[in-house]
Amino acid sequence: MKIIIAIIQPHRLEQVKEELYKAEVNLITVSEVLGHGRQMGVTEVYRGNKETGNLLRKIRLEIAVNEGFVEPTIAAILKGAQTGKLGDGKIFVYNLDECVRIRTAERGPEAIG
Amino acid sequence: MKTFLLSVLSLAVPAAACAAEEGAAATSGADTAWVLICTALVMFMTVPALALFYGGLVKRKNVLSILMQCFVTLAVGSLMWIAFGYSLSFSPKPYIQGFLGNLDWAFLENVGTGPSAHYATTVPHLAFMIFQGMFAVITPALIIGAFAERMKFSAFMAFTVAWSLLVYYPVAHWVWSTDGWLFKMGALDFAGGIVVHINAGIAALVTALVIGKRIYLKPTPPHSLPFTMIGAGMLWFGWFGFNAGSALAANGLAANAFVVTNTAASAAVVVWMALDWVLVSKPTMLGTATGAIAGLAAITPAAGFVGVGASIAIGAAASAICYVMVVYIKGRLGYDDALDAFGVHGIGGLIGTLAAGVFATPLVQPGIAGALSGNLNQLWVQCIAAASVTGYALVLTWIIYALIDRTMGLRVSEDEEAMGLDITQHDERGYTVIE
Repeated sequence: MKIIIAIIQPHRLEQVKEELYKAEVNLITVSEVLGHGRQMGVTEVYRGNKETGNLLRKIRLEIAVNEGFVEPTIAAILKGAQTGKLGDGKIFVYNLDECVRIRTAERGPEAIG
Repeated sequence: MKTFLLSVLSLAVPAAACAAEEGAAATSGADTAWVLICTALVMFMTVPALALFYGGLVKRKNVLSILMQCFVTLAVGSLMWIAFGYSLSFSPKPYIQGFLGNLDWAFLENVGTGPSAHYATTVPHLAFMIFQGMFAVITPALIIGAFAERMKFSAFMAFTVAWSLLVYYPVAHWVWSTDGWLFKMGALDFAGGIVVHINAGIAALVTALVIGKRIYLKPTPPHSLPFTMIGAGMLWFGWFGFNAGSALAANGLAANAFVVTNTAASAAVVVWMALDWVLVSKPTMLGTATGAIAGLAAITPAAGFVGVGASIAIGAAASAICYVMVVYIKGRLGYDDALDAFGVHGIGGLIGTLAAGVFATPLVQPGIAGALSGNLNQLWVQCIAAASVTGYALVLTWIIYALIDRTMGLRVSEDEEAMGLDITQHDERGYTVIE
C-alpha cells in the first residue's frame, strides 16, 4: 500500500480530479495549503508598501492506493496538473503501513478499495 | 441634584419645556425631512460603514474588537450628547466665553420640536441636535484606527468618554457655536474638517505615539479587503449626509455640497490608483478605498464654499499628499498609526481646511470668499483655526492618555496581543474554524 501526496496549482484541481476518475481512482482528500518553491512566493502591496515572499495558495491531495494503482495515479496527476511552468508542484510517494475502514473495521488492501 | 432631576423629568415634555427658548418661526417639511435623512446617513457612517472599513483592515483575531468599539461609541456618544454634550457644544450662554457652552440644554431641556432661535431655523431644534450628535459620535470612532489591535477595551471606553468631554465638545463650540471664538473670527468649516477630521486625526497621531507599535507588525495583510471596500463605499454614501446635510436645508447649497463631495472623492480615487499603478506597479483595491476617504475628508470643510473645479483640485491634492504621508513618511517616522487615521483623516482634514481658505467663492455662498477670490485674510483665519485645534487636541489627548495609562493601563499584555483582542477582551471570536 502506498500513500501519494501531491501539491498542485489550485486552478488545476478540476482537471486532476477528472483524470483520476478516468483512472478509476475515486478516493481523495483535498486540502488548501500555503507554500512556495523556487519562485519564492508572490509580492503583495498594501497601501503602497510591498511585501515580498508571501506564500502561495496550493492544493494538497492525499490518495491512498494499492500497488497496482500507483503508476496510473501518478500519470493522472501529471496529465491533469502539468502546465510546464514554474510552480506546477510535486508528487511524493510514501509507504503505507496500515489502512482501516472505519465503517466495517476492514484492514489492509481491502480497506483501501 | 435638584437641577439634574428636573432635567431628567423634562425629557417627558420637551416640547413644552422649550417654548421660551425657541423662536416662533415655522419649520419646513422639506428641510426637516432632509436633515433627518442626513442624520441617518451619518449614523450609518459609524456603524456599519466605518466599522467594516476598519474591521476588514485588522487581523481576523481582532475584527470583533473594532466592530464592538464602533458600535459602543455610537451608543455611549449618543447618551453623552443628549445628557450634556449638545449643551456644552452649542448652548449660546457659555461657561467660559467663546470656549465652552453651559448646561442650559442638558438632557434636552429647552430643545424641542420647534426651530432653534440660533441654529437651522427651518428645522426642529431636536433635528439639528441629533444631526450634530452623529458628528459627535463618529469623531471619536475615527480615532479607533490608530490604536487598533492593542488597546484594552476598558481604556478605550474611558478614553472615548474623556476625549468627547474635554476635546470634542470644546472644539465643536469654538467652531460651530454662535458664541465660539473661531466662529466669531470667521473660520470656515462646513461639515467638520476642523472639528471632526483634524481633531480626530491629531488625537490619532498622539495615540499612535503614546501607545507604541504593535508587537506583531509584519506581515500585516488586511484580513478582509472585501469588508474594507464595502465599508469605504458605505462611507462615501453616508458622506452625502455628512456634507450635503450640513446645508441644514434642502436647497441649492446642499446640492453644491453633494456634487463637490462626489467629485472630490472621485478625483482622489483616480489619483491614488494612478500613483499605485506607477509607483508599485498595480492599481490596488485598498489604495482606491483609501484615496476615496482622503478626498472625502478633504472636501468636508470646503463643501459649502467651493465649486466643482476646486473640488477636483482638493480631492486630487489630498490623495497625493495622503499617499506620501501613508506610504513614505509614516514609515520614516516610525509611528504605528495602525489604520492611518492620522495619515488620511488628519492630513485630509488639514488640506481641506486650508483649501477652503484658498478656493471659497462668493458664487457658492455670497459674502464668503477665499484667497483666490481676493480675500487673503480667510486663509490666515483657516491657518489659525487649524493650528489652534491641532495644538489643543494634541495637548489634551496626551494628558487624557497619561491619566488613563497611570490609573487603569492603556495597553493589553503581550500575551493578550498575541491571542487577539476578540477572545481576550470580549470572550468571542469573529470566525469559527471548526463547527
